[in-house]
Amino acid sequence: MDYNLFSGLVIFYLIGAASSIIFNKKDRLSSYAAFLNAAVGSVFGILFSISIISGESFNFEIQGTSFLNFGFFVDRLSAFFILVISIATLAVSIYSTGYVKEYFGKKNIGYLGFLYNIFILSMIMVVSANNAVMFLIVWEMMSLISYFLVIYEHEKPEVRKAGFIYIVMTHIGTGFILLSFLILAGASGSFSFESFSGAAIPPLLKDLVFLFALIGFGAKAGIVPLHIWLPYAHPAAPSNVSALMSGVMIKTAIYMLIRVFFDFLGSGVMWWGFLVLALGAISALAGIMYAVVESDIKRMLAFSSIENMGIILLGLGASMIFFAAGNPGLSAIAAVASLYHLLNHSVFKGLLFMGAGSIIFSTHTKNLEKLGGLIRKMPVSSVLFFTGVLSISALPPFSGFVSEWMTLQSLLLGFSLNDTFVMIAFSISAAVLALTGALAALCFLKTFGIGFLALPRSQQAEHAKEVNSPMLLGMGLFAVLSILFGVLPVFIIPFLDRIVQTFTGDGSFSYGYFGTITLSGGNSMSTPALLILILMLALLPLMILLLYNGKMRSPVYETWGCGQPVSTARNEYTGTAFSKPVQMWLGSFYKPGREITTTYSVSPFFRESIRFGSRTEQIFERYLYAPAVKHVLEGSRKVKLIQTGSIHAYLAYIFVTLVILFMFVILGGR
Amino acid sequence: MLTQIMLAIFQILIIIALAPLLSGIIKKVKAFFQIRKGPSIFQPYYDIAKLLRKDSVVSENVSWIFYASPLVSFAAILTAGLLIPIFISDIPFGFAGDLIAVVYLFALARFFTALASLDAGSSFGGMGGSREMFVASLVEPAMMLSIFAVAVYAGSTNLGSISQTVSNLGIDAMSPSYLLAFVAFFIIAIAETGRIPVDNPATHLELTMIHEAMILEYSGKQLAIVELAAMMKLLLVFSLLASIFFPWGMDAAGIPAALGIYLIKIAILGVAMAVVETSTAKWRLFRLPELMSISLMLSFLALISFIIVKGG
Repeated sequence: MDYNLFSGLVIFYLIGAASSIIFNKKDRLSSYAAFLNAAVGSVFGILFSISIISGESFNFEIQGTSFLNFGFFVDRLSAFFILVISIATLAVSIYSTGYVKEYFGKKNIGYLGFLYNIFILSMIMVVSANNAVMFLIVWEMMSLISYFLVIYEHEKPEVRKAGFIYIVMTHIGTGFILLSFLILAGASGSFSFESFSGAAIPPLLKDLVFLFALIGFGAKAGIVPLHIWLPYAHPAAPSNVSALMSGVMIKTAIYMLIRVFFDFLGSGVMWWGFLVLALGAISALAGIMYAVVESDIKRMLAFSSIENMGIILLGLGASMIFFAAGNPGLSAIAAVASLYHLLNHSVFKGLLFMGAGSIIFSTHTKNLEKLGGLIRKMPVSSVLFFTGVLSISALPPFSGFVSEWMTLQSLLLGFSLNDTFVMIAFSISAAVLALTGALAALCFLKTFGIGFLALPRSQQAEHAKEVNSPMLLGMGLFAVLSILFGVLPVFIIPFLDRIVQTFTGDGSFSYGYFGTITLSGGNSMSTPALLILILMLALLPLMILLLYNGKMRSPVYETWGCGQPVSTARNEYTGTAFSKPVQMWLGSFYKPGREITTTYSVSPFFRESIRFGSRTEQIFERYLYAPAVKHVLEGSRKVKLIQTGSIHAYLAYIFVTLVILFMFVILGGR
Repeated sequence: MLTQIMLAIFQILIIIALAPLLSGIIKKVKAFFQIRKGPSIFQPYYDIAKLLRKDSVVSENVSWIFYASPLVSFAAILTAGLLIPIFISDIPFGFAGDLIAVVYLFALARFFTALASLDAGSSFGGMGGSREMFVASLVEPAMMLSIFAVAVYAGSTNLGSISQTVSNLGIDAMSPSYLLAFVAFFIIAIAETGRIPVDNPATHLELTMIHEAMILEYSGKQLAIVELAAMMKLLLVFSLLASIFFPWGMDAAGIPAALGIYLIKIAILGVAMAVVETSTAKWRLFRLPELMSISLMLSFLALISFIIVKGG
C-alpha cells in the first residue's frame, strides 16, 4: 500500500514533467498537464505520509541494487516533510493553473511545468534519501532546478543577478554539507545514513560535523548571515515558485538539521543548542527588521521567511538544549513547537506569496506604495490575504498564535532545568521573540493597510480586477488551513507528537474539553474557546449598534482632513512613513540614507519639483560579503598570474606536476 | 456549568459597568491636582450615552474593516477580561488562555484598531496607527520579560494559579524580584493603555496623539463602542496588575466583599496613575525607547534576582 502510494506520487510528477514538455506548443494544455498531474501527485504524497505517520509500521524502505546502494528511507520525520511539501504543492498547483495565464504567449509554459514537477519531486527525494551520495545528487538537483526556476524571467537583468547570488550561496552551502558528510562517512566507513547514525565519532570531529552541517544547511535555510540570497531569489522567481521555495524548499534544510543533530550525532552537546538558539534569535530579529522597512511585497515576504525560520530554529535550539540536558520530554515539547511553526509557516507564507502573486497578476506591480484600495477591487483575494496576515502576525485564534505560544511556553519550561545560563538565554530569546512578533504585526499591518485599504495610489491599482477562480481556490485552501491549524491544535499536536517521538521523547501533552491543550508545566490554552468567546462577545457591541435607540443610520461623508478637501490618494499615509518610527528607532541597524534633489524654476525661491529618495543599508552585504568578495577577487587576480593563456605554459605545468607526483610516489608515498 | 456561565456573564457586566467609572475617577483626581473642579466621575457614562444617541458619520473611502474593527477590538478585550481573575481566582474560562494569551488578545484588538485607522485614507489615521504599532513593538519585549519574571515566580502563566500562589504566599511575596517586576509592569501598563508620558488621552493635537489619531474617523455609536473598549482595556490592565501583584482578599470573603476589595484596589491604582500623569510631562515619541528599556531592564533584573535567590 505505502509502496504503491510512493510510486504513485513519483509517477505522477514524472508524467507531469513529461506531458508538459510534450504539449509544449499548446500553452493551456501544457499548463493543465503540468499542474494537475502535480496536484494528483501531491494527493498521493499526502495519503502516503499520513499512512506512514499514523501507521504502526515504523518506516518505509526501498533498497537499491547491490552495485548502487541508493534507496529511499521514510520514517515519520521524513513523512512529515513529505506531508508539508505535498500540502503546499496541492494548493500551489491549483493556483498555478490560473497564475501561469500571465505567461501565455510570452514564455515557454512547457519548460516551467517540467521544472516545476521535477523540482517538487527532487524535494521529496531530498527528504527520503537514505544515502549521502544519493542525497547530494538530489540536493544538487533541487538547487539547480530551483535556480532555473528563479531565472525563469531571465530577460530582466535583476533576475539574472538574483540567480547568480542564489547559485553561489547554495553551492557554498553544498560544499560544507559535503565536508560534514565526508567526516561522517570517514568515521562510519559507509555512505548510508543508517551507518551514520550509529557511527563512533571523536568529540572534536562531532563538533566539526555539527558546524559544517549548520553552515551548509543554514545557507539553504536562510539563517543570518547566510540569508542574503533569499531577498533576491524569492522575488525574482514566478510567484507560484516563490510560494514553494519559501514555503517548503527552505524547510528541507530544517529536515536535514534535525536528521544530523538528533539522528546522526546522537545526544549532542549543550553549546550546539545555544548556538542554534542564538542564530534563531538573530535571524528572527534581523529578518523582520528588514521586512518592516521593505516596500517590495515579495522582498518583504522573503525577509519575513528569514524571520520565521528564526522562530523555527528557536524551538529547535531549545529542543536541542533540553535533549542535551537529558530531558527528552521537554525536548519533545520544544520540537513540537518548532515543527508546528514550520507547518504553519509553509501554509501562511505560501498563502501570502500566492496573494502577492495575485496582486502582481492584476496590477503588474509589487511596489506597495503603488497599491491601495484593493479590498474593493479584489474582495475575495483580500479576505484570503487577510487570513494570511492575521496568521503570520500571530493573532489569536489563527495558526501563528498557537505555534508562537508553544515556542514561548517551551522557552519558559527552560526554567525547570535550573541552569542559570539556560534561564538567561531563554529569557532573552523570549524577549527577542516578543519583539519579533510585534514588528511582524507592524509589518503585515502595513502591508495590508497600505496595499488593500483606502484609495488606490496608482493607475494600475485603480484598474485591478479580481483574479480567476483557480487562483482563489488555491489560496482558499491555504486560508482554510491557516484557520484550522489555529483552531484545532488539539488534533495537530498529537500528530506532531508522534513524529517527534522518533527522535526526542514523548511530549506529555494533555488535552481537555473545548480543545484545551495543557503542557507539562500546567499552562493551558484553548483557541476554540477563544474563537467562540470572541465571536459571541462581538455580538454585544453589534446589538448595541443595531438596537440601541432605534435604527442605525450611517451618513457617508468625505474623510476628515481639518476642513481641507484631502480625499485624494496623494494625501494618504505611505508604507515608508508607516515604518519610519522603527527605522528611526533602530537607525544604527538600518543606516538609512536619503537623497533630496530639488529643481528650481526662475530663482531659488521658486521650487519646481522635489524628489525624495530614501534607502536602508543591508549591513550584512556591506560589511561581511562585500569585503569577502573583494578578497576572493583579489586572490583570484593573484592566482591569475599562472593563467598565461599559452598552451606551452600549461603543458609545462602538467609536466612539473607529474614530476612532483612521481617523486612523491617514489620517495615516500608507499 | 450553569453557575460557571453565570459567573462569566457577571464578570463581563462588572467590566463593562466599571470601566467608565475608572476613567472618571482618574480624570477627577487629575483635576484635583491641577486645582480644578473637574467633571463628575460619572461623566464618561454621560459621554457614552450621548454618543450612543448619535448617528455614525462614515468616510466614503472605508471598507468592511472599518465596520468590523470596533466589534473585534471590543470582543477581543472582553475575551481577555474573561481570562483575568477579578473577584474570584478560579475563573470559569481560565483554561482558555493564560497571561500570554491575554497579551496576544490585546494585540488582536490593537491590530484591528490600527488597521481601521488606515482605512479612511487620512494621514492622521496612518500616523496614529504607525505610532501605536511602534509603541507596541517597544512594549512587547519588556512585557514578555516581565511575564517570564512573574511566571517563574508563581510557577505558571495561568492567571488564576498566579493569583492563588501569590495570595497564599502572603507577605512573603514581597521579594525583590516581585517588586522589580511590579514596577516594570506598571510602566508597561502606562504604555499599553496610552497614558502620559507615552500618549495623552486628553488631546486631539495631531503632534502628540496616538490613540485619538487612530480613531479620528469614528463617530456616534461606533465611537461609543471604541471609547468603551479603550476604557475596558484600562480597567483590565489594572485588574491584571491587581490580580498578579495584590491578589489578596479575592477568594476568602465571598463575592460581595471580594468585589469591594477589587474596587478599592482599582481605585488606588487609578489614583496612582493620576499622580504619575500629573507629575510627568508627555515624552517625545522617540524618547519612549528609553522608558521601555527601563522597564526591560527592571524585568530582567527581576528575573536575575529570582535566579540568584533560587540558585543560592
